Amino acid sequence: MSGALAVDVHGLVKIYGTRTVVDHVDLAIAPGRICGFLGPNGSGKTTTLRMICGLLTPDGGSGTCLGHDIITARNAIKAQAGYMTQRFGLYEDLTIRENLEFVARLYLIPRLKERVDQSLERLGLASRQHQLTGSLSGGWKQRLALAACVLHEPKLLLLDEPTAGVDPKARRAFWDEIHALAAQGITVLVSTHYMDEAERCHEIAYIAYGKLMARGTADDIVAQSGLKAVVATGPGADRLAPELRDRPGITAAAAFGTTLHVCSPDGEALDRAIAPFRRDGLLWEPAVPTLEDVFIHLMGQAQDNALAA
Amino acid sequence: MGFLSRLWAMIVKEAQQLRRDRLTFGMMFGIPIMQLLLFGFAINADPKGLPTAILSSDHTSLTRSLTSAIASTGYFSIVKVAASEREADELLQRGDVQFVITIPGGFTRKLVRHEPAQLAVEADATDPATTGPAIGAVAQAVAQTLSQELSGPLSSYRAGASPVDVVLHRRYNPEGVTRFNIVPGLLGIILTMTMVMMTALAVTRERERGTMENLLAMPVRPIEVMAGKIAPYILIGGVQVAVVLVAARLLFAVPFEGSFVLFGGATLLFITVNLAIGFTFSTIAQNQLQAMQMSFFFLMPSILLSGFAFPFRGMPGWAQVIGEVLPATHFLRIVRGLMLKAADLSQVSGEIAVLSLMLMIVSAVAISRYKVTLD
Repeated sequence: MSGALAVDVHGLVKIYGTRTVVDHVDLAIAPGRICGFLGPNGSGKTTTLRMICGLLTPDGGSGTCLGHDIITARNAIKAQAGYMTQRFGLYEDLTIRENLEFVARLYLIPRLKERVDQSLERLGLASRQHQLTGSLSGGWKQRLALAACVLHEPKLLLLDEPTAGVDPKARRAFWDEIHALAAQGITVLVSTHYMDEAERCHEIAYIAYGKLMARGTADDIVAQSGLKAVVATGPGADRLAPELRDRPGITAAAAFGTTLHVCSPDGEALDRAIAPFRRDGLLWEPAVPTLEDVFIHLMGQAQDNALAA
Repeated sequence: MGFLSRLWAMIVKEAQQLRRDRLTFGMMFGIPIMQLLLFGFAINADPKGLPTAILSSDHTSLTRSLTSAIASTGYFSIVKVAASEREADELLQRGDVQFVITIPGGFTRKLVRHEPAQLAVEADATDPATTGPAIGAVAQAVAQTLSQELSGPLSSYRAGASPVDVVLHRRYNPEGVTRFNIVPGLLGIILTMTMVMMTALAVTRERERGTMENLLAMPVRPIEVMAGKIAPYILIGGVQVAVVLVAARLLFAVPFEGSFVLFGGATLLFITVNLAIGFTFSTIAQNQLQAMQMSFFFLMPSILLSGFAFPFRGMPGWAQVIGEVLPATHFLRIVRGLMLKAADLSQVSGEIAVLSLMLMIVSAVAISRYKVTLD
């Protein structure tokens, strides 16, 4: 697989009724990379992941996953990829061990007992292996689901919002695990809503309204966006957000604690918008736009495109 | 007022949810209508038009009128004129006819000579409910024929005791024990009920709990999922059969005349058909409630139209057609044949063939409906 792309799809289209959920999405991921897949709810992230791992048939487009055609070689993909569903997909009425054994048997894993033992050890669940899975907390369930996904040593991991609703500590542990896997050469495509998680990815793909809007590292995406940002500090700065948000040319104005963060693709428009608020006690300083700013900006753009179409 | 407002909120919400669940909504109307039709039209506790064979060794105008009088009672539909006793026996054992009416040789001559004559009615008494009223009808037909046909010197017969003795042979269940009919039939109903319902819930449960997507993402083939889900229930079905058989023997003294091997094979086939039907239901139902309703919708005709609760032959033609489509109908015939009538393979092969055909069709539907993708 060295050199060849782990995921290489072109022009993926999925249509439900009259709605184009995924609209000509191209995606290429090199082996061993962690690619963050971001986008608002309903933007087509899950649908794209499902098409890549052979769970859905695309209405258009083509491509390969681990060198196998995503339409004709589904079984080969399923055998070499691991897909972690958004909703917990293991059996709550089986014990932790029974779940892992079930998965191991489906993948025809040799030395089953040994591999399951290793997996439990690595997870830190060896002492609780006979507990019913349904009794685990959200964070543990996600880690178990991940362990089940990597039991057959896949070359590619597709993770659909793996850390939704999980506390920060468990999220941190989850991401450490993902990086450890990537270090072993596993390619990871992970969808998320969390900006801090996006920043832990090697690269990012941003999708909105079914269209791929941006691609690259977090820094690349911020730089390419051409957004300008300012931060206001001082008494009452955070209260200005609702007023500034609707000014012409402003992409976003949001309070972060007592400070206010404002951004716009147009530097002059930004200056005009904040001019009335350059008053005593408020300190306005240029800032680096955040990834979140960029995504809100891209989402607005996608919305405009969708309306124009 | 708070109580009423909150109550109203709950009522509105429930109604809205119910309206979205099309299948449940349909079942609410479908089930009463089906029950009404089945109980109202299909079921007949006083079965008429039962298939009958005549074996006559005496061909005279009197026996001809007697035959037509028997036919016109409405209880018998003469479908066959048997040429020999062996043929008549075969017809009865195979279940092609419910009765064989035998007119012995010299029947008319005996009457003319004022000697007592006999008319033999052999009934398939595996279902005792069908025999009772029919016997009375024969006696009545005889009396009527004699009063019309006997004239001149024989007119003296009109008054007084009938010179014809109608002899009834209850075959396969000489004492007419109802439970001999019910217990083997129950086997079919119990298996239908548990097997269809269990598998109907099996796949639906995966979908409802969200484990389906995970399962589909793993390299497992539809046939493997189907066979794997069905196999444990085959074992459960086997245990149920054993329990019913032992109880039938020990508690109810139901005989077992036929081959155990044949019985085992036919039962396995029947269980598998039911499981495949349940699996098909589960690929259609959106949730476990719908799967339950579909099972119930299937179970009811299996009880009412299979010949379990009411005589199959007594139902109108359309109901018999529906009955023929139900696996329980065929299994019931096999089981009653084997337990009570000492049937051999040749006599149940037709029913076994039908069950096999059903298995093939239902499995094909189930596999084609089970999707490897989420499309």
